Amino acid sequence: MNRGTGGGFIAIGFSLLFFTFLFGPLIIMVITAFNSSSFPRITPWECFTTDWFGVLFGNDRLMTGLLNSLVIAIGVVAIAVPIGLAGALALSELGPKLRATLYTVLITPILIPGVVLGISTIVFWGALGRSVGADYGTFFYNGMFLTLAGQVTFISAYAMLVFLARLQRFDPLLTEAALDLGATPGQAFRKILLPFLGPAIGSAAFLTFLASFENYNTTVFTILSGNTFTTALASKVRHGTDPSLSALAVIIIGITLIGAIVHEAYARRQAAIRSGTAQRSRIYGNPVLKTLVHPLTVFAILAGAAGFAAWQGSQYDSNACEAQILEEKRAIQQQLLEEQRKRMQEQRQQQTAPTTAPETPGQASPSPFGGAFKPGTLSPGSDAEPSGDAPKSNSPFGGAFKPGALGPSGEPAQETPKNGSGFGSAFKPGSLKPE
Amino acid sequence: MATKDIVLDHVSIRFGNYTAVDNAHLVIKGGEFFSFLGPSGCGKTTLLRCISGFNDPTEGRVLIGTQDMKGIGPNKRPTALIFQNLALFPLMSVAENIAFPLEVRGVGRKDRRKRADELLDMIALPGVGDKKVHELSGGQRQRVAIARALAVEPDILLLDEPLSALDLKLRHHMRTELRAIQQRVGLTFIYITHDQGEALTMSDRVAVMNKGVIEQVDHPETIYNRPKTSFVASFVGESNAISGKVATQSGKLVEVETPLGRLKGIAAGGRTYKTGDECYMFIRPEQLVLAENHENAITAQWIKEEFEGNARHMFLEAGDVQLRLSKVNSGQSQETPSGGTVPLGFAAEQAMVLPHGELAGA
Repeated sequence: MNRGTGGGFIAIGFSLLFFTFLFGPLIIMVITAFNSSSFPRITPWECFTTDWFGVLFGNDRLMTGLLNSLVIAIGVVAIAVPIGLAGALALSELGPKLRATLYTVLITPILIPGVVLGISTIVFWGALGRSVGADYGTFFYNGMFLTLAGQVTFISAYAMLVFLARLQRFDPLLTEAALDLGATPGQAFRKILLPFLGPAIGSAAFLTFLASFENYNTTVFTILSGNTFTTALASKVRHGTDPSLSALAVIIIGITLIGAIVHEAYARRQAAIRSGTAQRSRIYGNPVLKTLVHPLTVFAILAGAAGFAAWQGSQYDSNACEAQILEEKRAIQQQLLEEQRKRMQEQRQQQTAPTTAPETPGQASPSPFGGAFKPGTLSPGSDAEPSGDAPKSNSPFGGAFKPGALGPSGEPAQETPKNGSGFGSAFKPGSLKPE
Repeated sequence: MATKDIVLDHVSIRFGNYTAVDNAHLVIKGGEFFSFLGPSGCGKTTLLRCISGFNDPTEGRVLIGTQDMKGIGPNKRPTALIFQNLALFPLMSVAENIAFPLEVRGVGRKDRRKRADELLDMIALPGVGDKKVHELSGGQRQRVAIARALAVEPDILLLDEPLSALDLKLRHHMRTELRAIQQRVGLTFIYITHDQGEALTMSDRVAVMNKGVIEQVDHPETIYNRPKTSFVASFVGESNAISGKVATQSGKLVEVETPLGRLKGIAAGGRTYKTGDECYMFIRPEQLVLAENHENAITAQWIKEEFEGNARHMFLEAGDVQLRLSKVNSGQSQETPSGGTVPLGFAAEQAMVLPHGELAGA
């Protein structure tokens, strides 16, 4: 990189910012998965823990949802890929006019909002079920079936697009050649067209699987009272989150990384083989390195590492640390409680002696802000309160707004269960009194 | 040894209102190297696809041996087609390609490989069986396609301009090669081309086609020397065409009134003309000579000259008629005109008089 092509500090800074933007959330998410704090956060760091994975797997709703999602996704792949292939083949055989029409019809489900598809799927199958007199136990009212049906309507169009792109590069003469050489139409399809479509079948299956697995808009309607992974996840987030979702993110990121690395190893190997330089290359020419970078080896190593990490994690016990943290917290609370008690005692002693209240409670300040802005309010020694008021305080802010809280010696007490006023004792007549 | 004749019995092929092949009627003998020659769009490929079973004739019958091929699919016919782009299967190795016809017939893996190796030996490409198709050169692929077509010993090999994608040198080499393979295996080869050089050098017989009509079926020499129609005369080889009207005819000798004066020629195919019949007179460029006081004398304007290694072509103009004169390069520097008017002549026996008709490329 040089200045002429836009190098330098700005470019580096921009790149850093860019990658932070991209990966920052992921990194933070991964870290929070291992913090024992019950809210996903990095600071304060409490304990390294793997318990959230346990919490995740212990969540029945999520796990049932995951199972449902997998079953549905596999079903969608099994149905949508053949339908997409059939659609693509039909399109490639038609004349231009009919082709344009059919293309529009087949592609429409992608353009329709998923919500509409979801609702119309329920309505359609419900109406169909009623018209044949089916009761609620039948598949017409089965969430899994409806989700499968609803998702297939638009996911098969994705598959079709993948196949169309591949078919455009197919030379139909190859099929004719196969026929001419004695193959039956079935053999020509199996031995010539299908192998050619092999990569497309793979990517279509992958795409449809993901599209089904991550679908929410349609599924949230069609699954009815059941749950898939996405709907369970969404309702969990709605009810408040905890780091078990971060743990899930760690697992997904891990799987993605392993997949990406294995695929890269595969792609590089294929490129080396295709270019014919494999023999001469330093890596692929060496028998040891060659085995080492083989996609299967790479997968075995990574999967092994992940498995080992998981096993290690399952063995790890953070109870001691957590107990200690809990102990520390309790100690801090205890200490705060002590201080509070001490302070209250001091106050009581101060106030019982002088009883010099110039303003009676009846003469309360007419200002809506009470005496909060009176000069004496913030003065260091303004914690002269009429005794007997403090016990009744019920403030949700505790004593944080108590005048004494701002004083040099005043620690904000976390527990003041008896304080009743919403504003602490800031409006108490006594707090206006200059000392 | 395949001896099945192919009979095209008044075959017409139409697509909607368009007639691709019009009443083709001929017999291709077993073991023959037969070519269909014609410009692109003349219906020769349609006819070939009809023989191999990809389209049915709208009228007429196709017989192989004595069997009517109607309703028999391409995979059940004793024909093998070699496509223009060869249509080798890119995902298979060379040996798998060659053995494909055996594979679909349920031959075992070992036998397939053995047969593939035999065929690779035959096409002089031993040891390439495990290579991928894209690793071969153009000429090698050509031979692999032929080997694949021959794997199940068809009676008839159909070739659809298989050499058109090759460069000139290789094309010339493959002509000889194809002819040699045909003689070695003794099959009927039906060859489609728009290249008259290929048709004339390799074929036992050539059918010249134009706009779906077979204009002439003959041996290559006859086609070149004694064309039956204006189209054949103008399409096969170079010709100077002079249009005119028949003045008199005595025996084979015809006198034609042309814009260049009254010229004498031979009535091709012993045809008899009436006075005033529209006709064309064809003179090959190599028959035209620089001479004065010839029996057929023309005066033409010199336009330009091209040198093509083995020959020298002179382009001239007489009235509206473009003329071309070719001289074999003898290696000695020759006195040739380079401008002005040039006296030309040609022998009456070398000039063919044919009825007025369509000219190739016109």
